[in-house]
Amino acid sequence: MANALDPHAAIVIEAGGLDQGGTLKTADGQPLTRALARSSRRARRRAFLLVLPLLLFILITFVVPIGQMLQRSVKNDGFSANMPQLSAWFHDHPRGTEPDDAAWAALAADLTASAEARNIGVVGTRINYDMPGTRSLFTAAGRKARGGIAPPYRDAILAMDKKWGDPKLWAVMREAASPYTANFYLAAIDRSRDETGKIVQAPPEQRVYLMLFMRTFWLSLVITCTTFLLGFPIAHLLATLPMRKSNLLMILVLLPFWTSLLVRTTAWMVLLQQQGVVNDVLVWLGIISDSGRLQMIYNQTGTIIAMTHILLPFMILPLYSVMRTINPSYVRAARSLGASSWTAFRRIYFPQTLPGLGAGALLVFILAVGYYITPALVGGSSGQLISNMIAMHMTQTLNWSMAAALAALLLGGVLLLYWVYDRLVGIDNLKLG
Amino acid sequence: MKTMLILTTALCGLAVSAQAQNKEVNVVSWGGAYEKSQVEAYNIPFTAKTGIKVNMMAADNPATPLKAQVEAKNITGDVFDIEVSDAIRMCDEGALVQIDPATLPAAPDGTPAKDDFIPGALQDCAVANIFWGTVIAFDKTKFADNPPKTAADFFDTAKFPGKRGLPKNPKRTLYLALIADGVAPDQIYETLSTPEGVDRAFKKLDTIKKDVVWWEAGAQPVQLLADGEVTMATGYNGRFFDAMVAEGKPFEIIWDGQYMDMDMFAIPKGSPNPEAAMEYLKFATDTQQLANQAKWIAYGPSRKSSAALVGKYQDGKTDMGPHMPTNAEHMTTAVMDDPEFWADHSAELSERFNSWLAAG
Repeated sequence: MANALDPHAAIVIEAGGLDQGGTLKTADGQPLTRALARSSRRARRRAFLLVLPLLLFILITFVVPIGQMLQRSVKNDGFSANMPQLSAWFHDHPRGTEPDDAAWAALAADLTASAEARNIGVVGTRINYDMPGTRSLFTAAGRKARGGIAPPYRDAILAMDKKWGDPKLWAVMREAASPYTANFYLAAIDRSRDETGKIVQAPPEQRVYLMLFMRTFWLSLVITCTTFLLGFPIAHLLATLPMRKSNLLMILVLLPFWTSLLVRTTAWMVLLQQQGVVNDVLVWLGIISDSGRLQMIYNQTGTIIAMTHILLPFMILPLYSVMRTINPSYVRAARSLGASSWTAFRRIYFPQTLPGLGAGALLVFILAVGYYITPALVGGSSGQLISNMIAMHMTQTLNWSMAAALAALLLGGVLLLYWVYDRLVGIDNLKLG
Repeated sequence: MKTMLILTTALCGLAVSAQAQNKEVNVVSWGGAYEKSQVEAYNIPFTAKTGIKVNMMAADNPATPLKAQVEAKNITGDVFDIEVSDAIRMCDEGALVQIDPATLPAAPDGTPAKDDFIPGALQDCAVANIFWGTVIAFDKTKFADNPPKTAADFFDTAKFPGKRGLPKNPKRTLYLALIADGVAPDQIYETLSTPEGVDRAFKKLDTIKKDVVWWEAGAQPVQLLADGEVTMATGYNGRFFDAMVAEGKPFEIIWDGQYMDMDMFAIPKGSPNPEAAMEYLKFATDTQQLANQAKWIAYGPSRKSSAALVGKYQDGKTDMGPHMPTNAEHMTTAVMDDPEFWADHSAELSERFNSWLAAG
């Protein structure tokens, strides 16, 4: 490999020389390949140590909690952990077995034990998720069962409430006897299981999640479009003005960006409410009458306006950074070759802004899909998004499994969009700044 | 210079260790005028007497952080001010410390606490401090010649135009719809137990759905009325009282169909300062402290022995009697909270309510 004509080889020969086998060596006599591998390994290790704190941080504060949260979407042991004997009976007897004496005895024993341990509420809550209106059945039975249930168990339990004989209830308890279930995902797409375990659509007044997913994606799309329409001219202006003026304008873009989200949202409430500034001005100008004040907030309009404003910088900044680098002579060349200003914009300028547009649109869309506080404050009832439902399950109904299932579906939707974007535009074309 | 440095370091160390020894208790309550009344009537005298510092935290409904803290097994509050239904529910789930009524202070005349508290005010795991009402209030200036009088008028937007403020939860909206629809106050829970009854309530709510501004924090309905954003709103009677008497707002309260509830103090298992929490709970539910609270807000004390001690508002001239939710005249059409019903049905009705709300 090393011949006298190769100048590099000459240096190596001078430094360490060739041995009989013809391998290259460093000055201290080691094979060059090994020395190189070692030094590059050391560099890699140093680089890894440098990112290690961040890696650990992400692992501890992001991957682990989110993993645990997602686990909750398929795991809920509220019933199985607190009703061990009945769960074991379900395990031993296949679906379709009529509850026998052993089953009733197991139910009685579990109810008594659970009531004593004061976790009957947890059991009832778990069953209530799959069969609304049954929580009371468990808590009431628990109150009566304190001190024990006397045999015959079947009659004693049925005497408490006829509902204990409901085959649907037994089917639901069978489902809950295993800590792992897909029912929360089914519920998240407005489906449930009937007595025989078949998947059916939820009753109409309970169907809400699919509609909310659609609304979330639709509103996010609308908001992405409005931020594009408003942001594109501003970014162009920023990129083409002389430095001093554009810096001033940039501050105007960044100032709201640095202001608290809550302050901006509340400011919109002050502006848009029926007795607010905008309505007052319109009435004063005589455009609308005092009784015909516009409803611009606490509905979808409010959500769109406030979120467009809040997400605008995420569209402007990537667009601006891309537009800054576009050479103005291309457009000038097109014009000099006879293109109209519209053609020059459409065929020459606009295609060059696409990487920035893609980044801005992706950023705005993904942020909008998960937005929570703004729709909660200004959305009224028609402007609520799926994230508000997740928040409700987290804080009010405390059905964390349901919240996790909804969140996982949302995450899945965003990843799917990311994949589609990658296929269509290519993620390498993304330019964030 | 060096001695200075040593001295300041030593002083700082001393301050830190003193801080660590100082006991404290974290109380989570509802904020606003209600929090102020608790700070004045309970916290200031409690700290003066025991030297225990009270950290007051506000929540739209303290049961929400309580449930979340229990679920996450990371409890930071010591005493939570929650509704009866939540107290029973959380007690059923084994999340709250049981409270023996024999350990609570007796009334000044020696009546034991067990007999001194109004029935229902003592639960296995919680002790009530006040009775409070959810009532309708309206802006007098908007309905000068023909003021609304009943719960049915609240739903009549043709005769009484304007937006309505309602709380974003099923408990304080469904009952009002049923009352306005002609259900007798004592039939409310019977009706709500049937699917038809729930449908009926939602159907009535449908009639004003587009006119409703939903609120979540207790201070919001007062603000909505004051801003003129709504002409009528339901809210907590003490908050409206505060706005009317302390701030002179032109509001009036409709007592027809008031929803009466109790607020209770409860201590979660595994709270950071359990002893101080119990001490605070006993102190705050004492006869004199309960009576003192009425000096600051129009909520009825939960002890019989406190009633006689309730006098005038802190301004020294407003008689509290006519503003109390427990006033006999206000009780004729009142709906009493049924904690058992809500402990059992709150999850399903919340879900239905939120689905209904989100459907636009």
